Amino acid sequence: MIRPFGWNEFLIIVMAAQWTIALSAIAFAGGGIGGLLVALARVSDIRPLRILAVGFIRVFQGTPLLMQLFLVFFGMNIFGLAINPWVAASIALTLHASAFLGEIWRGCVEAVPPGQREAATALGLKYVNRMRYIILPQATRIAVAPTVGFLVQLIKGTSLAAIIGFTELTRQGQIINNATFSPFMVFGTVAAIYFVLCWPLSLLARRMEVRFSRSTQR
Amino acid sequence: MTEVTTTASTAGMPGTSDLAVTMNGVNKWYGQFHALKDITLTVARGERIVICGPSGSGKSTLIRCINRLESIQKGKIVVDGHDLGAGAKSVDVVRQETGMVFQSFNLFPHMTVLENCTLAPIKVRGVSSAEAEATARKFLERVRIPEQADKYPAQLSGGQQQRVAIARALCMNPKIMLFDEPTSALDPEMVKEVLDTMIDLASEGMTMLCVTHEMGFARQVADRVIFMDQGEIVEEGAPEAFFSSPKHERTRNFLGQIS
Ligand SMILES: Nc1ncnc2c1ncn2[C@@H]1O[C@H](COP(=O)(O)OP(=O)(O)OP(=O)(O)O)[C@@H](O)[C@H]1O
Ligand SMILES: [Mg+2]
Repeated sequence: MIRPFGWNEFLIIVMAAQWTIALSAIAFAGGGIGGLLVALARVSDIRPLRILAVGFIRVFQGTPLLMQLFLVFFGMNIFGLAINPWVAASIALTLHASAFLGEIWRGCVEAVPPGQREAATALGLKYVNRMRYIILPQATRIAVAPTVGFLVQLIKGTSLAAIIGFTELTRQGQIINNATFSPFMVFGTVAAIYFVLCWPLSLLARRMEVRFSRSTQR
Repeated sequence: MTEVTTTASTAGMPGTSDLAVTMNGVNKWYGQFHALKDITLTVARGERIVICGPSGSGKSTLIRCINRLESIQKGKIVVDGHDLGAGAKSVDVVRQETGMVFQSFNLFPHMTVLENCTLAPIKVRGVSSAEAEATARKFLERVRIPEQADKYPAQLSGGQQQRVAIARALCMNPKIMLFDEPTSALDPEMVKEVLDTMIDLASEGMTMLCVTHEMGFARQVADRVIFMDQGEIVEEGAPEAFFSSPKHERTRNFLGQIS
């Protein structure tokens, strides 16, 4: 039975955005921690750690996010865990974000001029203090814009979780579309909501980029 | 010339020897490139050394070995009685006892002048922030920029930045100061203010190793001038003799080029 696309259907789709936001937040928080570890491992003095980090990054950058979702989703089943789209999507997106943020942040750490590390070392500051007080604060300023940029990608990427049955914005749209069969209205609405989520972030990223370049050339 | 080959043994006790730095048969390679060739050098406490030589001759590499910013493959370096080859502990101590000033200042741009000066004393020496601040203000006074304490490095001129860098190093109360072309990145009108600061420091008895091509400075304060070429110490001597009657052809050529 086909019902019309009305106010009610619209609200259901809007409400589903909370799951998109929740999944993005989990992936971003988890990816933030994972990414920091990956970035530190990547610039570490310990060779096996560097190799491990590079391997992790290459695998997740070199395969589609959808395959990563499938592998975690079906992998859980193979390892005898209950199939749960929430858990699978959270894990897959966290790993994905860890790899990408790790690589972004590595670049930011390495963009800090080598003289900074040398001056800190010459003053007797050891690795942890050097990172904490000298390198990371400067890397952070460089990192803000590309990090926000990646967050936008991540939010859009959560739509793939619809395919493993995670009911977020896109999946809710599919469900409503099956009932109303007004694909243009439905997916137009879905796209508009993604846009409303992502556009301000893109603006913010651009604003920060400008502010950073101004403050460094001061 | 002080050709002391037995120095390594007399420098055994940290802080007791009258030798600040001894380098014995030091060799350094960057990959295949032989950057330091059999360097043997002793620096007494309170001695002021100027190192000069053409670009790429290994001057920076030499002084960066003294605080282990560069590692060596062969030979022995003892700084203030601490053998740099004896492990991480002695490297840490040596870095605390030596201050370094770089050509490009390398101030921390996200910290104020005062924070630049207090960070290491607080985090490395463990002094209270009040004490560190008092020390920092004292040294900023000594380099004649006390009024800049709350500014950020980017708000200062090059000469002021370099004087902050000197003050920052002095706040760690080092026994030895290393300078790597401290005036080469400065506009001509700012060179003097930095050299004056270094001359002050020399007159207070600081042990100094300065890579510089400021020959006026060398004449005025150096006890010894060292000329390097292609990774070797070619010639060394008191400034008077060094400048008036250099023994080696390569030294004469070099001095002819820069003056
Ligand atoms: N990290 C490095 N890797 C490879 N080669 C290096 C490295 N650092 C220095 N070198 C080489 O070692 C040699 C000595 O360099 P060094 O910086 O000590 O010279 P310098 O005498 O200080 O020269 P300058 O007057 O230009 O500062 C140069 O030929 C340089 O190319
Ligand atoms: Mg140099």
